[in-house]
Amino acid sequence: MKIVLKDLTKRYPNRNRKIREEVVAVDHFNFEIPDGQLIGLLGPSGCGKSTTLNMICGLEKPTEGRIFFGEDDVTDLPPENRGVGMVFQSYALYPHLTVRQNIRFPLENLKGADRLSGKEMDERVDEAARLVQIDSLMERKPSELSGGQQQRVSIARALVKMPRVLLLDEPLSNLDARLRLQTREEIRRIQRETGITTIFVTHDQEEAMSISDGIVVMEAGVVQQIGKPQDVYDDPVNLFVAKFLGTPAINVFQGRVKDSRLLIGEEEVLSVPGAPDGEVVAGIRPEGFILDENGPFTTRLVRVEVMGRDTSIVSTHDALEGATVRSIISAENKVDPDAAVVHFSLKPSKVCLFNRSDGSRIMFEGNIRVR
Amino acid sequence: MGQNKFKAWLYLLPAMIFLGIFMVYPLIDVFVYSFEEGYNSASQTFFGTGIYNYRYVLRDPYFLQAVKNTFIIVIITVPVSTGLALLISVGLNSIKPLRDLFQTVYFLPYVTNTLAVGLVFMILFQKTPYTDGFINLIIKMFGGSSVDFIDGPYWAKMFVMCFYTVWVVMPFKILILTSALASVNQVYYNAAKVDGTSRFRIFTRITLPMISPMIFYLIITGFIGAFKAYSDEVAIFGTDLNAAGMNTIVGYVYDMLYGDSGGYPSYASAAALILFAIVLTITCINLLVSGKNTHYS
Repeated sequence: MKIVLKDLTKRYPNRNRKIREEVVAVDHFNFEIPDGQLIGLLGPSGCGKSTTLNMICGLEKPTEGRIFFGEDDVTDLPPENRGVGMVFQSYALYPHLTVRQNIRFPLENLKGADRLSGKEMDERVDEAARLVQIDSLMERKPSELSGGQQQRVSIARALVKMPRVLLLDEPLSNLDARLRLQTREEIRRIQRETGITTIFVTHDQEEAMSISDGIVVMEAGVVQQIGKPQDVYDDPVNLFVAKFLGTPAINVFQGRVKDSRLLIGEEEVLSVPGAPDGEVVAGIRPEGFILDENGPFTTRLVRVEVMGRDTSIVSTHDALEGATVRSIISAENKVDPDAAVVHFSLKPSKVCLFNRSDGSRIMFEGNIRVR
Repeated sequence: MGQNKFKAWLYLLPAMIFLGIFMVYPLIDVFVYSFEEGYNSASQTFFGTGIYNYRYVLRDPYFLQAVKNTFIIVIITVPVSTGLALLISVGLNSIKPLRDLFQTVYFLPYVTNTLAVGLVFMILFQKTPYTDGFINLIIKMFGGSSVDFIDGPYWAKMFVMCFYTVWVVMPFKILILTSALASVNQVYYNAAKVDGTSRFRIFTRITLPMISPMIFYLIITGFIGAFKAYSDEVAIFGTDLNAAGMNTIVGYVYDMLYGDSGGYPSYASAAALILFAIVLTITCINLLVSGKNTHYS
């Protein structure tokens, strides 16, 4: 089921009643999600991603704009008539019901022609349970399950109605690190097997990048960028997106462009043909550094962290925004940990220039363009 | 380990001393008195032991009347007050504007002195040579004939008594239930809404189980409180409850100790122990029934 969001806007009255101005949670969100895709809504806390999800689900009414599932305008429909399944951050499993009763609950709500016989319900429940692999835990209470198992039950409960759209609100945030990795693979598998168009909300960019077909980066209610995870990472539209995606984060320097050359401090670090002269913010991805004795970019070495597969060099620079420069290089390169400075040359595809005033992107030849 | 054990007992000591002096010792004492025939507290003498006191009390028509009254009050007021409190709390929980005001209004009877409330009830229901009272005026307005609720037929007196008891115990129940309802996580309601659950089903399948521990607590304390009723009766019918035919078990115990016919601590002890046995039995039944139907998260 294709999902179309048209100018979706949500405004709340200000909590401070003296201030008339409304709080804009979501601002003119336009997006078309192709059928059967897994989409990650990504952004920092309070950016409006959960509000967007709640509007798609029907728990909140948009102030403006329309929501379409396929060709149907569902904006004014209550949640139960939209055919959505929702997985809540805290799972919201009914604590007094067993796993089986929890999964069966939505089916028992069906009325009239949709009403299934008891046997059909049992079959559907078993099918959903098998899909998320909890069929051996059916008679337990939620409190007797681990976090990961509870998560599966709540996904099964959302899937049992065979929804047209599956929505997941921060599905992994209550799990420990190891389970999180496992569960996100699991979500991916379930989504692939069922082919249901799925939207999930997260503030963890790694989570979003790793399993989504597409990601939407939001900030302060405004969509910043929409695209395939790798494309958004390689070709961010602005400084916010560049900073938000990637671990370790992009290194941000104050610099300037003169005669198509990027200067950081007094060093000419990179040739940037096509970029206009002026003050810029330069973002360099950790993997954009090449260890090079004769390289033009010099930083003061703090320490070297050997991580087996590759080596992380932590250093500082006067023009840096933030505490340290993190560069990741192949472990084959040997770095003298006692050296005072390190020299790098830069990969042009991993360097992004931004306007210092509004953070918008300045392109130059050598950048990856996907838009 | 020995050190820790000693410490544990030390911390328990204050509570144990007070419970021992004011609860365990009197309980044993009452138990002993109830088997001593003709015990005299002034001379500390008695002339025999046995179940004579129980036999006397169980044949005393005043006691039997008191047991009947107590059971009627319990059986009517506990379910009615709990049910009404639940209805009002659900109503309070579903409105937004003025909720605080209504909560305060519903709680006011709780902070009002029960004797004062009793006086008001008496004035409302009483029929005197000078006036029929407010309630009778209303009954007449609808074409009924006036009834003396305070000095009249048994059912009328019992009606006033139950009405009054429900009125007095409800505020506390509303307070407990509104906070229990407010503590149910909104996310369960959201989940139910997404699944298209009807309001009735949300109430019976989600709300009720979630607040069942609190309802259970109110039912048990409600039973115990209603079995121990006495001051409420005095507030409406005065101190001579036997004459009014509205005595309760606790009232009977009091009369046997200090009333006009008083001075019989042995009979009082026997009656008190019978009450104790009744309350214990009912509470055990309650626990057995609720064990299956209560969900603690």
